[in-house]
Amino acid sequence: MDQTLVSMDNITKDFPGVRALDGCRFELRKGEVHALVGENGAGKSTLMKVLTGVYRKDAGRIVYDGNEVDIPDTRTAQKLGISIIHQELNLAKDLTAAQNIFLGREPRRGLMLDERKLNEQAARLFERLGIELDPRVKIAELTVANQQMVEIAKALSFDAKVLIMDEPTAALSEAEIGSLFRIIGQLKAEGVGIVYISHRMDELKKITDRITVMRDGAYIDTVATAETPIERIIAMMVGRELYHASGPAQTGKNGEIVLEVRHLNRGKQLKDVGFTLRKGEIVGFAGLVGAGRTEVARAIFGADPIDSGDIYVHGRKVRIRNPYDAVREGIGYLSEDRKQFGCLVDMDVKTNIALPSMRSFVGGLGWMNDRRIGDVSAQIVERLCVKTPGTGQLVKFLSGGNQQKVIIGKWLVRDCDIFIFDEPTRGIDVGAKGEIYELLDELAAQGKAILMISSELPEVLRLSHRIIVMCEGAITGELRREEATQENIMQYATRRIG
Amino acid sequence: MKTAAAGRARGTPLKSGALQQILAFASLIVLVLFFSAASSNFFQFDNIVGILLSTAVTGVLALGSTFVIVTGGIDLSVGTVMTLSSVMTGVFIVGMGLPVPIGIAGGILTGAVCGLLSGLSIAKMNIPPFIATLAMMMIAKGLALVISGTKPIYFTSVKGFSDIALSSVIPGLNIPNAVLIFFAAALLGGLLLTKTIVGRYNFALGSNEEATRLSGVNVDFWKVVIYTITGIFTGIAGIIMASRLNSAQPALGAGYELEAIAAVVIGGTSLSGGKGTILGTVIGALIMSVLTNGLRIMSVPQEWQTVVVGIVIMLAVYTDMMRRRKK
Repeated sequence: MDQTLVSMDNITKDFPGVRALDGCRFELRKGEVHALVGENGAGKSTLMKVLTGVYRKDAGRIVYDGNEVDIPDTRTAQKLGISIIHQELNLAKDLTAAQNIFLGREPRRGLMLDERKLNEQAARLFERLGIELDPRVKIAELTVANQQMVEIAKALSFDAKVLIMDEPTAALSEAEIGSLFRIIGQLKAEGVGIVYISHRMDELKKITDRITVMRDGAYIDTVATAETPIERIIAMMVGRELYHASGPAQTGKNGEIVLEVRHLNRGKQLKDVGFTLRKGEIVGFAGLVGAGRTEVARAIFGADPIDSGDIYVHGRKVRIRNPYDAVREGIGYLSEDRKQFGCLVDMDVKTNIALPSMRSFVGGLGWMNDRRIGDVSAQIVERLCVKTPGTGQLVKFLSGGNQQKVIIGKWLVRDCDIFIFDEPTRGIDVGAKGEIYELLDELAAQGKAILMISSELPEVLRLSHRIIVMCEGAITGELRREEATQENIMQYATRRIG
Repeated sequence: MKTAAAGRARGTPLKSGALQQILAFASLIVLVLFFSAASSNFFQFDNIVGILLSTAVTGVLALGSTFVIVTGGIDLSVGTVMTLSSVMTGVFIVGMGLPVPIGIAGGILTGAVCGLLSGLSIAKMNIPPFIATLAMMMIAKGLALVISGTKPIYFTSVKGFSDIALSSVIPGLNIPNAVLIFFAAALLGGLLLTKTIVGRYNFALGSNEEATRLSGVNVDFWKVVIYTITGIFTGIAGIIMASRLNSAQPALGAGYELEAIAAVVIGGTSLSGGKGTILGTVIGALIMSVLTNGLRIMSVPQEWQTVVVGIVIMLAVYTDMMRRRKK
C-alpha cells in the first residue's frame, strides 16, 4: 500500500533577482516524522510556504493523497488538511484556549455562542492528545509550551493530515520537550505526517524517521535517521564539520577576577547566586529553560531590578541600577532575542555599532562626527567579517549571524571587557555558528571575560573553560571543562535545591 | 531574496523618508500650480507672504512635534502650552513690567518647563505619552485661563511688541520676521535632528526603545530632553502668536496640536517612530496653509476647507503606508 501522503517534485520558486527554490523534492509518508534541515536561507521555509499556499510555485508538481493539487492560498491548504505551527505562535492572547481553537468556527445556538459546547469540543481534543489543560484558561496565562499545545489542538481540529512544525522546541524546557515528543508520537500513531524543522541535531535523532537536507535552495538528499550519523547530516548541510575537536584555548585559569557576583536574589527567579569570572575566561551557564540563567544576565546588566546582592567589577563594588550603569562598568549584554533587544533592525549597521558609544563620537560644537562613525564601523565590519554591502545597510537585511557580529562589534567599540552572551547562536545557521564560536574564542584570547548562556550542551562544552549549572534559580553545580560531560551537566540541571 | 534585498542598500536612516518627502514636495508644487492657474490672485507676492506668515505658528509647533513623534511618542499639549507661553509672556511684560527680552525668555521657558514635566511623567512615572500630554494639555489650558483671569492680555502699550513677528529685519525685503523665525527654527531643528547626539538617540528611541536602553543609553534622560525641546519650540510659537495678535488670547490654542501633528504626518514622519525629517515637516506645514489659502481664494467655504484638509491627511498617510507595504 502506498503510504505517501505528500510528494513535491521539481519545485521551483523565483523571487526578483534570486532563485529561492531550484527543482526541490520532498516526500512525506503517513505516520512519519520527517525532518527538513538546512542552514538559514537554504529554502526550508520557502518550500513549506509553497506547501501551505503562502507562495505559489513557479514550476513543479505537488501530489497530495494520490491527486495532483494546486494550492493557491492558505485556505486551500487548510481545507486539504495541511497545517503549520509557526515558531511565533498565532494566538489571541486575551481569548481562552477553546475560543482560540475554534476562532471563526464557534458553535452557536441561534444567535448566541454556545460556550459550553465550545469548551466540550476543546476538552475532547485535549483528551485525545493527552494534554491536561483547562480549555477555559486565557492564552496569556499559559506557558509557551502549553500555548503550543493549543496550536497543535487547533491544527487537529481542522482534521490536519499534514502538520508542519517550525522550530517547535526553541522556547521549551527539557520536560516540555518530552511532552511535545509524546504528543508527536500520538499523532504519528494516528497517521498524521509531520514535517519537523529544527536546528537541534540531538532532537532530530530522537524523534524523526527520515531527514531531508536542503542547501542553497536545492534538494541535497533524503536519508533514514537511524542509519545516518549527525556529523554526516551537518556535513551535507554545510560541507564541513562544526564542533571540531579544538575546543577552547586553555587560557583564563589564572587571570585576574574581573567580575564577581555575590548573593544575588530576585523573587523566586534568583536564589543566592554567586560566582566569579576571570579575564580571558569563558564561563558557560547551562541549565534548562527557566532555570534563571537569563535572569542572572539581566540582573547583572541592570536590565531588571534585584532584591539584594553585590556585584564587584575589577574588585570594586559597583552599583548597577540600569543598563546605563552596567555599560559604564564595561559590561556588554547580547540578548537571546536579537531583533527585539539586541539591535535596531530598521537602522543601519553603523548606527547600531556606534549606539552604545555615541557620546565618544560627538565632535566640536556638539556635532556628530559621522565620518569617524563610518570609519570605526567599517573597521569593525572588516575585523569581524560582517557580510554586508556597506555600513549603510539596514540591519534587518543581514542574516542572524551577521546581526550578532554587529552586536559584538558595538560592544567592542564601547571597549567592554565583560561580555554576557545569552544564547549566542540561537537562530543562527550552522555555518555561521562556527564563525561565532571562533569569535568567542578570539575575544577570550584577547583577555575579554565572557559569560555565556546556552541551551545547547555541545555548544557549552565546545566553548566554556568552566561550566556553571543552574536549576530553578539557584546554582547547583560547577564543573571544570575537563570533567564536564552532557550527562553530569544534566544531572546538576535537574537537581533541585531546597 | 537576500541578495535582492542587499542590493537595495539604502542611505542613512535620516534619509530614509526621502521618497515620501519628494512626494510631499511634488504635491506642494502641484497645489501651487493648480491654485495659480485657478486664480490670478494666488501667486502674488503679498499672498505668498501671507501663506508663509500663516504657516509660522503651526509650522514652529510642528517642528517641535517632529521630535517627539520620531521617538514614537506624541505631544498633545503643544496647542495649549503655546497659549500658556503667550499668557506668561503677557504677565511678565504687561503685568510685571519686565523688559521685552526677559518676557520672551520667560515665555519660552514656560514652554520648556511644560515639556520637561511631560517628559518626566513619561520617563519617570511611565505614563504613556498620549495620556501624559493629554493631562498637560488640560493643565496648561486651565492655567492659561486662571493666570489671565480668562481675559486677553493686550500688548498695545508695549512699544514694538508686534514688530517681533510682523516687521522685517531685512531692510527692503518685505518678509515678516515670523516667517524668518520659522525658517531659522527649521534650520535649528534640522541640525538638532540630523547632526547632534539628541537626534541620534531620537531615531534610536523611535526605532526600538528597549534595544536602545539595553545598549546602555540613558533613555529616561533623553526622553525628558526631547520633550523639553518640543516645549522650547512650543514656547517660540507662543511668542510669535502673541506678537502677531499683539495680545495673549487665553482661549485660543486648543486644536493647534492636531494641525501640527497633521503637518508632521503629511511630511512623511511615521507616527510609529524612527522615521522623519524636519524638511518634511516644513513641507507638510506649507501644504496645509497653501490648501487653506488657495481654497479660500477660490471662495470655497471654510467648512469645506476643513473637509479637504482631512482628506489630504488621509491620502498622505495612505501613500506612505502603501510605500512601506511594498518593501
